[in-house]
Amino acid sequence: MTAETTKQPTPAAPAPAPSDLSTAADRPDVKMSARDVHVHYGDTHAIKGVTMNVNAREVTALIGPSGCGKSTFLRCFNRMNDTVASARVDGEILLDTQDIHAPEIDVVQLRARVGMVFQKPNPFPKSIYDNVAYGPRIHGLVRNRADLDEVVETSLQKAGLWDEVSDRLEVPGTSLSGGQQQRLCIARAIAVNPEVILMDEPCSALDPIATARIEELIEDLRQRYAIVVVTHSMQQAARISQRTAFFHLGHLVEYGETGALFTSPQQEKTKDYITGRYG
Amino acid sequence: MTQAHTHTLKSYDKELDDLRTLVSQMGGFAEAQVRSAVDCLTTRDTAMAERVVAADRKLDAMELELERQVHGIIARRSPVADDLRGVIAALKISGALERVGDYAKNIAKRATVLNQSSPIRAVGILPQMAAETQRMIADVIDAYVEADSGRAIDVWQRDERVDALYNSLFRELLTYMMENTRLITPCTHLLFCAKNLERVGDHATNIAEMVYFSITGVVMEDVRPKGDDTSYTTLDPNDPERYGA
Repeated sequence: MTAETTKQPTPAAPAPAPSDLSTAADRPDVKMSARDVHVHYGDTHAIKGVTMNVNAREVTALIGPSGCGKSTFLRCFNRMNDTVASARVDGEILLDTQDIHAPEIDVVQLRARVGMVFQKPNPFPKSIYDNVAYGPRIHGLVRNRADLDEVVETSLQKAGLWDEVSDRLEVPGTSLSGGQQQRLCIARAIAVNPEVILMDEPCSALDPIATARIEELIEDLRQRYAIVVVTHSMQQAARISQRTAFFHLGHLVEYGETGALFTSPQQEKTKDYITGRYG
Repeated sequence: MTQAHTHTLKSYDKELDDLRTLVSQMGGFAEAQVRSAVDCLTTRDTAMAERVVAADRKLDAMELELERQVHGIIARRSPVADDLRGVIAALKISGALERVGDYAKNIAKRATVLNQSSPIRAVGILPQMAAETQRMIADVIDAYVEADSGRAIDVWQRDERVDALYNSLFRELLTYMMENTRLITPCTHLLFCAKNLERVGDHATNIAEMVYFSITGVVMEDVRPKGDDTSYTTLDPNDPERYGA
């Protein structure tokens, strides 16, 4: 009458993590790869051997407590740390198949391909038009005024700002609201045809509605670009990213699919941080 | 909702504790209802059966209160990771316990009918089934409160015993009914009572899976062997192979 075999529960195996060994050099779905990256500021060891891929057409969120190195790491992707005299970056960073530290790399070109948006909107003290036109002009991406007009319009459209400013392109960028200024900065980054957009807390100076508009924009932009976002808001990381990386004291503690990381983090430290048990 | 470290926000810890306490109280109450309902049958106590039916409302009210707390926590705390799993588990467990209460109520209702006819011998298996399922509920709730995944697996494995008891009773009652058609009404009621207890066992098993996921973050896959198909067999009373000529 009773079943002959005792039933045994088999915990379903978690999905295997994608192999971390392949890089942007041999995987078309990977846009950038960091391999054993270390950053020193003088005697401070800020990033300690981080290896991770940034996927194309995905939003990658970097989270972690203040001082964990997430912004420092973000700035490695377009060599922004070069501007800090005491900073030393070791390890390899690939953009597609190219090592971004190779001697033949033009840093100005690199920063056009890997654009950046900062925490505080920082439009140039120029007109809305000139803010967007500046990059294409200095990079020689346009031949005439008509081309430039088109780049300005499409960039503002992609940044979701065109409808609000199309009738006043000559007013100073600084006269716009905070959320509009941030979208202007995104339009400025887009105008030079980037492949990757880095964002360092792009919404922390904005109200919830302006934040929602930027988040909607980020979702839209990832159809064309790889996006890396540093954010203090874990809810924001959960909302907008496909993959999340948790940093702690310069180490990459955990990196994985966002839904999985916020439901079943594999590391105790990640769990403590995202659930608010940190510190 | 393991308590390795406390939250920076102490009030959040308290809300999660309150939720666990309510799940535990619901579990205790549902378990008591099952026991009382079967006692009504064995002691033929109709007054008690009416009390069990009336008491089910309390379990429904507890479920509503638990839902209210879960909505509040989700809206205000945005739980993630083990907190999220624990809160969702609480919600699902309360739904399952409310069903367990409904089964107990149904047994009590049938007891009032059964107490009007002469007793049937097979009733003896019911307290055994009740005791088994009751312990499963108690243990699985303890597993939840103490975040003990091993205990959840243990409960999960015990459902087989309940199924075996049910199948045994099923056969016995079929035999009675074939022997004496006047027993069909009480036997059918008893069969439903047994089926209710078997469902209680299934719910305890489901809760064990919820608890296991809540604690570990890993889904427990069911590979239960289906060793007995008694309930699905059609019986031909004229089959000489089974019942003699």
